[in-house]
Amino acid sequence: MTDRQVAQVVAKVEGLNLSFGNLEVLKGIDLSIHRGEILGLLGPSGAGKTTLIRAIIGLSTATRGKVTVLGHEMPSLEPAQRIGYMAQTDSLYELDAYGNLLFFGGLYGWRGQKARQRAREVLELVELTDHAHRPVYNYSGGMKRRLSLAMALFHHPQLLLLDEPTVGVDPVLRQQFWTEFRRLRDAGTAIVITTHAMDEADHCDRLALIRGGEIIASGSPTELKAAGRSETVEGAFLHFARFSGNPNQAGKEVQA
Amino acid sequence: MRTIVVATRLVRQILADKRAIALMFVAPVFLLFLMYVVITSAASTPAIDLVAAPDHVIETLQERAEVTVLESEDEALARLKDGSADAFLIFVGDGHRVVLEGTDPTISRLALTVLREALLTREIEPDIAYLYGSQDYSSFDFFAPVAMGFIIFFFVFVIAGIAFLRERISGTLERALASPLRRWELVLGYFLGFGIFVALQTVIIQLFMVYGLKAPTEGSPWLVLLLNLLMAMVALSLSTFLSAYARSEFQMFQFIPIVITPQVLFSGLIELREAPAWVNHLSQLFPLTYGGRALRDVMLRGLGFGEVWRDAAILLAFAVAFLLLNSVALKKYRRV
Repeated sequence: MTDRQVAQVVAKVEGLNLSFGNLEVLKGIDLSIHRGEILGLLGPSGAGKTTLIRAIIGLSTATRGKVTVLGHEMPSLEPAQRIGYMAQTDSLYELDAYGNLLFFGGLYGWRGQKARQRAREVLELVELTDHAHRPVYNYSGGMKRRLSLAMALFHHPQLLLLDEPTVGVDPVLRQQFWTEFRRLRDAGTAIVITTHAMDEADHCDRLALIRGGEIIASGSPTELKAAGRSETVEGAFLHFARFSGNPNQAGKEVQA
Repeated sequence: MRTIVVATRLVRQILADKRAIALMFVAPVFLLFLMYVVITSAASTPAIDLVAAPDHVIETLQERAEVTVLESEDEALARLKDGSADAFLIFVGDGHRVVLEGTDPTISRLALTVLREALLTREIEPDIAYLYGSQDYSSFDFFAPVAMGFIIFFFVFVIAGIAFLRERISGTLERALASPLRRWELVLGYFLGFGIFVALQTVIIQLFMVYGLKAPTEGSPWLVLLLNLLMAMVALSLSTFLSAYARSEFQMFQFIPIVITPQVLFSGLIELREAPAWVNHLSQLFPLTYGGRALRDVMLRGLGFGEVWRDAAILLAFAVAFLLLNSVALKKYRRV
């Protein structure tokens, strides 16, 4: 790797194992997340995507191996200021959208006029401006997802961790989400997105296919499709899943 | 600063929740009023029937009891059975005999006291003085300090515990801990935000007790307020800490019989002088023991800070300990 590439690594996962009691949820995960890329974690529910995201942000601690974010070994509070996080369950307070944004903004040190201005900006971005003063318990599932995204974006994070950001969001808005993700990526943000929707995978710059707590393959969508001898990411996933029990034949060499 | 952010959010959230406000400010006052009515309406004059009683006995008894003069014992028995009288006194030959209804020991004792006083040949009446309190003290006056402390403790425990538990269940707690928020900042923010309402609740309850129900306050009302606030703080810190060990609201409510009910038994409402030693040792574990004792000392005996500071310090220590424990229990969500 050149120096430039080293500088671009925002987060690094090395030999990560994570167990809850006897249950091994993640096994030997190696992953680098770079500045200005969208990395998709693709896999069925229960594969360990959420646990991996939580390990990166520091809410779960590695049983073995380590996670480094922005030069700090996790869990650490140091990089928290520069990470944006959208949890899989919408974790919102029974306030209006505005109140929720100002609270989370406040936790990142945003106050006063500046915070209110930023709240309006992100509400605009997720098209919730008209509903800014409605209590969130009246929100639909899609609206809650949008507000959660707005909260994750609020403080201009360098690393954005989005756990199933597009569930329940209508297709038109979903497209706008992706436009926004690409704009952020081009501005240098590192974005990690988990999804179980294979059709969304094509939007990512790089994919890590996860199954049973292991990365069965990784690479760009094009590379994966070629190596998996398939027209679709889903087909490639099936191909790698077939070999994932047998390390000699697995597609790990596809690494981008 | 993030502590203030947490506290501010909590205040806004509570203000938006009318039901929580009502539970905090109206329910305790209503409950105390009910308690006052029930305790003060307990019987203080027994209904006593007299059969063949001499005139001077009838006269003395009439001052202290509801007296009915009857002709025969059968008639008196019938009235005991249907609940019209609590006891009757019958004069036969040279002697006399008392028959009590007897199911309620309090009323039996009351009737016996009244009867003994009436039948006693006038001896030299001693000069009676009260060290604390006075002959006008009712049972309610005696219960008032502990009742007030307990009601404050109970409502704060339930409301704050559920609020913190909901943060855990809804995921907002974890979401907040994904930010640079420190664990102790969260705990302290909760303490401050809730503390504002708890303080207000305490003031309202105390004003109602003192001015509405005329509870005795021999000592400084400010000292009473301090003790009440300490009780509330202990309840607040204890319930937010315990919510770490509940996975649902239902489990949180299961703490009430374990944590709250024993405290009532040991709070001084029931005299424990003759209880086995282990009961007294056990009572030392409960905050309400210290709170109830200190409140009674100040409100009934008029003692000052110099006499109750030790109990106050123990309450403070409880609150600090539970806050620290909660901060440690939050490691479940984030190791650092």
